[in-house]
Amino acid sequence: MKVSIMITCLADAIYPKVGEAMARILARYGIEADFPQLQTCCGQPAFNSGYWDEARASALTMLEAFQESDFVVTPSGSCAGMIHHYYLKLFESDEARYRQAEELIDKTYEFSRFLVHVMGVTDVGAHFPHKVTYHPSCHGSRLLGVKDEPLKLLEHVRGLELIPLPYAEDCCGFGGTFSVKMSDISGAMVSEKVDHVLETKAEVLVGIDLGCLMNIAGHLRHRGQSLRVMHLAELLDEGMGVTA
Amino acid sequence: MKATNEQTVLERAKQALNDEFLRNAVKLTTEKLKNGRLSAAKQLGNWEEWRERARQIRQHTIAHLDYYLNQFADQARKQGVHVHFAKDGKEAVEIAIRIAISKQAQTVVKSKSMVSEEIHMNEALEQNGIESVETDLGEYIIQLAGEMPSHIIIPAIHKNRKQIAELLSRDANETLAPDTAVLAGYVRKKLREKFLAADIGMTGCNFAIAETGSIVLFENEGNARMVSTLPKTQITLMGMERIVPTWDDLEVMATMLPRSATGQRLTVYMSGITGPRRPDDGDGPEEMHVIILDNGRSLQLGDPEFQELLHCIRCGACLNACPVYRHIGGHSYGSTYSGPIGAVLKPALNKNVLEWDDVANASSLCGACYEACPVKIPLHDMLVYLRRRKNEAGAGLCSEKWMMKGFKVVMAKPHRLRAVLKAGRLGQMPLVRDGAISAHLGPLKGWTAYRRFPALAKPSFRERWPHLQAELKEKARRASVKEHVQLRLKQIREKRTKKTGGNRDE
Repeated sequence: MKVSIMITCLADAIYPKVGEAMARILARYGIEADFPQLQTCCGQPAFNSGYWDEARASALTMLEAFQESDFVVTPSGSCAGMIHHYYLKLFESDEARYRQAEELIDKTYEFSRFLVHVMGVTDVGAHFPHKVTYHPSCHGSRLLGVKDEPLKLLEHVRGLELIPLPYAEDCCGFGGTFSVKMSDISGAMVSEKVDHVLETKAEVLVGIDLGCLMNIAGHLRHRGQSLRVMHLAELLDEGMGVTA
Repeated sequence: MKATNEQTVLERAKQALNDEFLRNAVKLTTEKLKNGRLSAAKQLGNWEEWRERARQIRQHTIAHLDYYLNQFADQARKQGVHVHFAKDGKEAVEIAIRIAISKQAQTVVKSKSMVSEEIHMNEALEQNGIESVETDLGEYIIQLAGEMPSHIIIPAIHKNRKQIAELLSRDANETLAPDTAVLAGYVRKKLREKFLAADIGMTGCNFAIAETGSIVLFENEGNARMVSTLPKTQITLMGMERIVPTWDDLEVMATMLPRSATGQRLTVYMSGITGPRRPDDGDGPEEMHVIILDNGRSLQLGDPEFQELLHCIRCGACLNACPVYRHIGGHSYGSTYSGPIGAVLKPALNKNVLEWDDVANASSLCGACYEACPVKIPLHDMLVYLRRRKNEAGAGLCSEKWMMKGFKVVMAKPHRLRAVLKAGRLGQMPLVRDGAISAHLGPLKGWTAYRRFPALAKPSFRERWPHLQAELKEKARRASVKEHVQLRLKQIREKRTKKTGGNRDE
């Protein structure tokens, strides 16, 4: 069974440790994931800005990279959402590519969903004795419907105290190029999000999307706050390391 | 703050972001309305099924809009209504003015109508020497202030009680206490005189029922009922998409509209009006006109990406759910319709792509609008379509165009991405402090004004992979629970293969 990692451009370039953590968790369950080198980016930055030809060029690498895979796992609800929701539209005028896109959609899973729904795991046996709050990313939860999976995984972590994030469902203001083009609006949104995060008095903010986490962490640091920001895979991996 | 149309959405938004009064007022009310909607939906139960039913009714109606519009016009005429079709705002205004002049009207009282705002009816009436009085409390306030509505349902949402007391005190020539009962009491007294003196009552239209040629109004203040019963002549303005086929369909809309708008199970008043006053009716106008407005709506018909825009029932739920709207308020959008629906309607209604401003960029595409919409309009998708159409017309930002060309070149080949990351790591060296960049430079400027930017990692994941692979192999070999997981994977893959016809792995 060929399980492949879709690393996403952000994790590849900036947060490789998230990809490593995800791969290690899979390996602990006997899944030796592979990493098809052809992949680059799902194309979302160009797609959302309305540059679809450019997005297609990037998306093509995904169609080709994962042709042989049985499952594709990615540490991003947003990138998985891009594939699930927009690839058919992106390739609607090319029959062969459209079919490839359908296949890719069928086998592509956001990390927590893969763990819970495919592997059937909700308790990874991790130990993480900290106060944690969870930010549900918009694309993961609204486009992809990943809502309960991360919470289920967190609930089973020993010692972890999960503190509900007020206004959790509000967007953090990232929105890809929105954060640069409309930076004042985006800045107001992330500032409000960080207020809510700090209100929880949690030691760790966890999420399933690196775009949002980069945005929130970036503003936390900008305000001189040192609160730890982690991807769910990092938290679980670290917690599993403690018990192993 | 008064918005001018020469500015961009971002420029207006910056002003709004510095207006604490506005932000607090908008935040307070949108949150109340949003929570009202959520609890009303919960109380009703089966909300998703109701939404889907409402969507189907709208979809069917709009797909057969020509048929239902004809049916409506025929039925309304049978009831003695004068039905007019206006291709744009100018024509609609001309029709209304013609009627007013023929009635030698001096005063028009109006109940809330977004179409009236869309075509700037008040200004036209005033220019013709006809007094125009808004009788919805919120509309009355913004008419006094000389502003546009900043919310579809709550036109004066951006004003707090103190600001409203100041406005009304000036109107009254006496100091009124910033107390809701006092302020509403003043307006009520003043409007009574206007209702009795008015020659024409002008209303909007929430829904028009094709099978009987009726119009239906939802309201809370009773002013629309006064407007539609006291003056001798009634003019109703309706967008051409307001139709529902039957009263049975209205039941679904009446379930969705108030709940989505304000969280009410039903508005305080719901009026169904079928034709002018009959001989044995107790009240009602002697003459009734309905002006049906196109103004760009028919351009959406047959456009697979935008036809659903016509499904909108103007509840304002998307505004209340939108985090961008909450921070920048309605006037920042620079059009009659604000929030996510306005950001799509404004450009889509006028397909003059080359003149589109930056309104479609004012969204993080979070999808809260779609989730809140009672008829499931995918506004977040439409915003992307608008951006694409603008670029296709060659009206996109030049700098962005070149950036995206670069994106295409780099992302088309993994070895180029690898090379660019390597170069980026060298380039960033002078800027990185403690693993992050805070310099306000080039395209990063917008980002670093509010956040640190993380440095590129060394090695990248793809560079690290060969080493990681060996570690993973060893871990996977030692794993103790693998059979169970492998079995599940196998079953899921088999299920999937069968579903797609089993030709993938052959």
